[in-house]
Amino acid sequence: MKPLKPISRVLIAIAALLMISAYFVPLWQILMWAPQYPEGLEMDIWINNITGDVKIISALNHYIGMKHIEVKMFPEFTYMIYIVGFLVAFGLITALINKRFILWVFVVLLTATGIAALVDFWLWGYDYGHNLDPTAAIIVPGMSYQPPLIGTKQLLNFTAFSGPDIGGWIFVGSAVLVIGVLVFEIYKSIKEA
Amino acid sequence: MKTITIHRVLSILVVLATVVLWQGCKPKAPGSVTTGDAASQAYVAPGKYDEFYNVVSGGFNGQMSIYGLPSGRLFRIIPVFSQFPENGWGYSEETKPMLNTSHGFVPWDDLHHISLSVTKGEHDGRWAFGNANNTPRVARVDMKTFKTVEILELPNSGGNHSSPFITENSEYIVAGTRFSVPVGDNTDVPISSFKENFKGYISFISIDPADGGMKIAFQLKTPGVSFDLARAGKGPSHGWFFFSTYNTEQAYTLLEVNASQKDKDFIMAVNWKKAEEYIKAGKGTTSKAKYAHNVWDESTHTGVSTIMDEVLQLDPAELKDIIYFIPCPKSPHGCDTDPTGQYIVGSGKLAALIPVFSFAKIQAAIANKDFEGEFAGIPVIKYEAALHGEVKKPGLGPLHTEFDNNGNAYTSFFVSSEIVKWNVKTLEILDRVPTYYSIGHLSVPGGPTSKPHGKYVVAYNKITKDRYLPTGPELTQSAQLYDISGDKMKLILDFPTTGEPHYAESIPASLVMPNSTKIYKIEDNKHPYASLGEGMTKVERKGKEVHVYMTAIRSHLTPDNIEGVKLGDEVFFHVTNLEQDWDVPHGFAVKGANNAEILIMPGETSTLKWKPLSTGVFPFYCTDFCSALHQEMQGYIRVSPAGSNVPIKFSTGKIEDQAGGAGQ
Repeated sequence: MKPLKPISRVLIAIAALLMISAYFVPLWQILMWAPQYPEGLEMDIWINNITGDVKIISALNHYIGMKHIEVKMFPEFTYMIYIVGFLVAFGLITALINKRFILWVFVVLLTATGIAALVDFWLWGYDYGHNLDPTAAIIVPGMSYQPPLIGTKQLLNFTAFSGPDIGGWIFVGSAVLVIGVLVFEIYKSIKEA
Repeated sequence: MKTITIHRVLSILVVLATVVLWQGCKPKAPGSVTTGDAASQAYVAPGKYDEFYNVVSGGFNGQMSIYGLPSGRLFRIIPVFSQFPENGWGYSEETKPMLNTSHGFVPWDDLHHISLSVTKGEHDGRWAFGNANNTPRVARVDMKTFKTVEILELPNSGGNHSSPFITENSEYIVAGTRFSVPVGDNTDVPISSFKENFKGYISFISIDPADGGMKIAFQLKTPGVSFDLARAGKGPSHGWFFFSTYNTEQAYTLLEVNASQKDKDFIMAVNWKKAEEYIKAGKGTTSKAKYAHNVWDESTHTGVSTIMDEVLQLDPAELKDIIYFIPCPKSPHGCDTDPTGQYIVGSGKLAALIPVFSFAKIQAAIANKDFEGEFAGIPVIKYEAALHGEVKKPGLGPLHTEFDNNGNAYTSFFVSSEIVKWNVKTLEILDRVPTYYSIGHLSVPGGPTSKPHGKYVVAYNKITKDRYLPTGPELTQSAQLYDISGDKMKLILDFPTTGEPHYAESIPASLVMPNSTKIYKIEDNKHPYASLGEGMTKVERKGKEVHVYMTAIRSHLTPDNIEGVKLGDEVFFHVTNLEQDWDVPHGFAVKGANNAEILIMPGETSTLKWKPLSTGVFPFYCTDFCSALHQEMQGYIRVSPAGSNVPIKFSTGKIEDQAGGAGQ
C-alpha cells in the first residue's frame, strides 16, 4: 500500500471541505424563458429544498398536466444531506489514512455519486415530463415535457435550460481535484519506479 | 382691336399678379411642422424606456395620468378622486371609504395640480400629491404602487385650488381656498355680507417623513380673497411660502368684471417658520371642524375613513409677522420661485408685464417697514421695495413660469398662445415659440425644484382645434413637447392627453423605476376576508349577507358554483388573487352588477358587493385576460326565492351529476 504525497493529502482534504458548501448554496438550476417571461423563471435545487419561481412554474405547467412541484415529491431531499456528509467524511478519512487504495475508493465513490445523481434526475425528469394528467387543458399529441438533463431544450413556448448551480460547480471542481490527485499520484509512482 | 386685346391681357395679368401677391401677403396658417431631427428626438424605440415619468393632473376627470417623456406615451391612469369602473376604485368595498368626505360620499372631483415629494429641494421619487378643486381635498399617491393611499379633506375651504405645493424637504404641502366662505357657527349669512363674514383659509398639511402621512398642522385665517396658486421658498427663502391672490376687490358677483377693477392684487408672503413659533408658544386656537381623513392600509388592502372634529388655527391679523402682502399687477395667477429661491415671479393674467420680486428685497422692506399701508390688518409692502425688476412686453396673458438649470425662465401665455423664454437675472427675453393653442400650464422636468433636470418643456394646451383628427364636438386635449437644450426652443412632438391636464411634473425614471412594486406578498395579506389558499375558500351566511371567500388563479375561480343565495340577500364577493407573478391581475364581474367590475392585483383581496334583483342563475367571470384559458375562468351563482330552503353550497371542479353535467 503506497502512502500519498503530503501535497495530495492536503488537496484531498481541501476537496472534501469544499463539498461542505453543498449545504449552503444551490446545487442545480433550471431556467426558463418564454415570450411572456422575457425576464426568465428560475428554479434552484438545494441539498434539501427547491426555491425560486416554483409556484409560478407549477401554475403554468398545470395547463399541460404536469405535477405540482413540491419538496415532498423528492425523497432524495431526505437523504442527500447524509450522502454529502458521508462523502466529506470519506474524503477527510482518505487524507488521514494516507493510502492510495482509499483514494481509489474515494474517486469511484465520487464518480458513482455523480452518475447516480444524474440518472436519478433524469428519471425524475422523465416522470415529470411524461406522467401527465389525462384531463389536462392542453394536450399536444405525442408531446412530452421532460426537462433537459444538461443544456437547453425548447418545450412549447418555453426555452428550458438545466445545469449545475454554484454548489454543483464546486462539487464538480472538488471531484476533478480528487481525480487529478489520483492521476498525479499514479504519474509520480510510474516516474519514480 | 389688337391694342385692346393686349390691354385686356395685361389687365388680366395685373389682376392675377395682384391676387397671387395678395395671397402671398396673407399670414400663413398656424401649425407649422417640426424641423430637422425632431422625430428622432421624441422617438423611443419599441422595448426601450422613456427617460422621464410625466405625472399629469387629469383636471375634470379627477385622476392622475402617467406618461413617458419624450415619447408622450400614456402608461396608466391612476384613479384618485373619481370612481373608476375599469378597476373598481370607489366601487369596491375597500376603496369606497377613500372617497368619503364630511359631505358624504363624493365620487368625483377636479384635480388640477401635482407636487412630487422633495428632499433638500430635489425630487426623491416617493410620493405624488394632487388637489381636489371642488370638494376641498388633497391626495397622496405612492410612487411604488402608483396607487392613491391617502386623501385628506380640508375644512373651512371653498375650493382647493391653491394646492398641493410643497416645501423644500416635504415638510408641508399647502391648501389655499379659491373661494372665501363664511365659516364657524354662523354660516347662514347673506352673500352680500362677503366683506364682513367671508374668510379665506390656508391650510399647512404636515407630511410624516417616514410614511408620508398627512395631517393639518395649522390653518391661517386670512382676509376674504381668492387664492390662486402658490410656491414654497427654497434655499435662502426656505421657511416662506408665496401665494397669488385675486379678487382683493372682495366681489361676490360677476367677478369677471368686479374682480378685475384694481390695478394690483397681492402676492401673499407667509413666514411659516414664524407660524410654527406661535404654535410652539401656544398661540394657536383649536376650532371645531368636520373633515374626513382617509388612509389606505396596504396590509389589509382596505381604506379607512375617519371623521376629524377639530383643527388648529392662527389669526395673522393678531399674530404679527406671519403674513405680508406684496402688490402684484392684475389678478396674478402663477406665483413661482426660481431654483435659487431668490426670485418670485408673479404672472398677472391681465398684465402687460411680468414682475419679478426679490426675496432679499422683501426681507429688507419688512425690516425697514417699507409699507404702503394695510389690507384687512395685514401690512402691504411697497411694490417697488420688493421688486427685482419687470420683464417688459413679454406677451399677452402670462399664466405660469417654470425654470431650467441654466438660470432661464419659461412663461406660458394663454392669450398670445406661446411660451416665452427669458433670463431670470437680466429679465431679457431670449426666445418665443407658438403653442397650438392657448397654453395653460407648462412643465419642465424638475422645474419647480432646486435642481431642474431641464431638457424639455411640455405645454398643456387648452384648445386643440385642428391638431388631430376630429371626434365630434368633444375633442382630445393636447400636449406639446419642446426641446429646450439649445438656445432656441424646438417643437418636437404633439401628443393627446386624457382628461384635461392642468399642472404636471416630470421625474427621471431612475428615481422611480427601481422601486416599483411588482406583486403584493400573499403572506402579508391581512384582509379579514382573504382566502390565502383555495382550501380556505368558503361561503358564509350572516343574516341577509352572504360572504363569498373566493380565490382567483390561472385559470379558475374557487368556488365557481355557488347556491343558497336568496332574493333580498346582499352578496359580498371577497376575491383574493393568489398569483405571485408580475403582471397577472385577475378581474371579477357578475351579471347585472349595479356598481362595477373589480381588478385584483397579485396577492390582493378586493370585494364586490352585489344585490341580485331577481331569481335565477347568474354568471360571473374574470375580466382581465390572464391566461390562455382566461375565457374558461367563469362560474355560476344561483339565486333562489326569499323563502326558499336551498342550502348554502359551493364548490369548484366537483361533478355532481355525471349524467346531467359534463362529467369526466
